[in-house]
Amino acid sequence: MKLEMKDSPGQLVAALTPISEYGGNIIAVIHQREPESPSDTLGVQIVLEIAQERLDALVGAIKLQGVSILRLGEERLLYRQSVIMIGHLIHTDIGDTIGRIDATGFAEVAELNVHMPAIAEPSTALITIKATTRSEMGRALDVLRTVAAEKGLLIVEPLAGAEA
Amino acid sequence: MRVAVLGLGAVGKGLLRTLAAKPELDLVLTAAADSSSACIDPDGLDPTAVLDAKCATGRCGASGLSATDVLASGAYDVLVELTPTNALTGEPALTHIRSAIERGKHVVTSNKGPIAVDHAGLTALADEAGVALRYEATVGGAIPVIHAIRDGLAGNRFSSITGVLNGTCNYILTRMDDEGLTYEQALAEARELGYAEADPTYDVRGIDAAIKLVILANTCWSLGVTLDDVSITGIDGLTVDALRLAADQDCTIRLIGEVAPAENLLRVAPRVLPRNHPLVIEGTLNAVMLSTDMAGEVTLMGKGAGSVETASAIIGDLIAIRDRYVECG
Ligand SMILES: NC(=O)c1ccc[n+]([C@@H]2O[C@H](COP(=O)([O-])OP(=O)(O)OC[C@H]3O[C@@H](n4cnc5c(N)ncnc54)[C@H](OP(=O)(O)O)[C@@H]3O)[C@@H](O)[C@H]2O)c1
Repeated sequence: MKLEMKDSPGQLVAALTPISEYGGNIIAVIHQREPESPSDTLGVQIVLEIAQERLDALVGAIKLQGVSILRLGEERLLYRQSVIMIGHLIHTDIGDTIGRIDATGFAEVAELNVHMPAIAEPSTALITIKATTRSEMGRALDVLRTVAAEKGLLIVEPLAGAEA
Repeated sequence: MRVAVLGLGAVGKGLLRTLAAKPELDLVLTAAADSSSACIDPDGLDPTAVLDAKCATGRCGASGLSATDVLASGAYDVLVELTPTNALTGEPALTHIRSAIERGKHVVTSNKGPIAVDHAGLTALADEAGVALRYEATVGGAIPVIHAIRDGLAGNRFSSITGVLNGTCNYILTRMDDEGLTYEQALAEARELGYAEADPTYDVRGIDAAIKLVILANTCWSLGVTLDDVSITGIDGLTVDALRLAADQDCTIRLIGEVAPAENLLRVAPRVLPRNHPLVIEGTLNAVMLSTDMAGEVTLMGKGAGSVETASAIIGDLIAIRDRYVECG
């Protein structure tokens, strides 16, 4: 998620302290300098990663520190992973395959690129999954593996640690 | 050091040719057998003469003699077992190897069968008899990966081994990727060039790679796993579109064997890798990546098969045995 606030003395430290307390992971701190804005409203943007269920508590804690949050941009799903899927994708109900990932609530299919050759030949798809955390991505892939095994689909996963 | 050789196919012939070409190695051939004959001379045979006889008649020696006679002759310090692989029973090699060890002889083999079927049993038997059992040639052909695990990287803790362990599959995938060939076209080409067997099932279904993975797992961690423990997916279902989709992301697909005991991982499957990954190698090459605590990642790459290439691994084992046991003992 993205968190924007005023860049006044003390505010940054006050905002950062609770983040680690609540198990958040700071990805970037960006000082914004918008030429048209008056100097006292220069903003700071903090990009961080935190489990969904702890987000509200964290926002509360930051506010308690006297930090005013200008904007809270929530890009919920942080991890992306693409997997190649081969088989009779359409005839085994691709809608259901996607639905089973989306139904987890913590992961969703962000992109699907299907190549269909001649009728009766297996088709091939690149399926991109988004998930909030690494472990949830792992669970989403488990779901996909189960569905693939049920439907006789072949899955080609990236080699761990070698993701593009 | 006196050497007896069982099996005079591609690998056995490569070994005999090397023994003939390099007398300075001081490895003396005293016995040899194929499926229907054998020759034994405790004072030493001429490897070239044995090869000539084999090529001219299909037999290396007298048809009244067999591998059993070679084993019983005792006219050797090391048995080199090079008969065909049987992944299910390990035979006839398992019997040959046990019988040599029980006679107090060292053993070197390129045969995956017995090592995959009974690594623990054979190792224990060899330890008890105080002899060496070496099998560098079973995995990765000429690549000295077992030496690296046992000697070069000794003292390291290994977290995982990943590798390209089957040259036939790697050739097929390279051709599908480079030329846009279909799986069937690439396989036909591999057959024509002699890179694939008439029955390529063991290779393309990932079984050969899985057998080698079992050998690595048992060598590195003594896991005691068997072929049944490996989750195996072959390359025979891959489409040209799959390689194209990977290529769109600057990636490609290779058949990867992967073992990581802490994660309970033992699998062979086609995987997507960035093009610049060390395991993305071309043609029939093999590669193995070892992840260790001290040395970090070490990747070895080289020829995974071939007559003289495999002989190289066998000679390495023979010399290691000679240096350790024979000259100083
Ligand atoms: N080729 C490679 O590049 C390579 C690489 C690594 C490991 N390996 C392994 O090394 C081994 C040998 O491979 P290869 O390519 O040389 O095989 P191959 O060409 O099929 O030769 C096998 C040899 O074993 C002999 N043989 C069969 N049964 C026998 C028995 N009961 N007693 C004595 N000899 C017997 C055969 O006799 P005949 O000549 O009478 O038929 C033949 O000479 C296999 O286990 C293979 O998996 C091969």
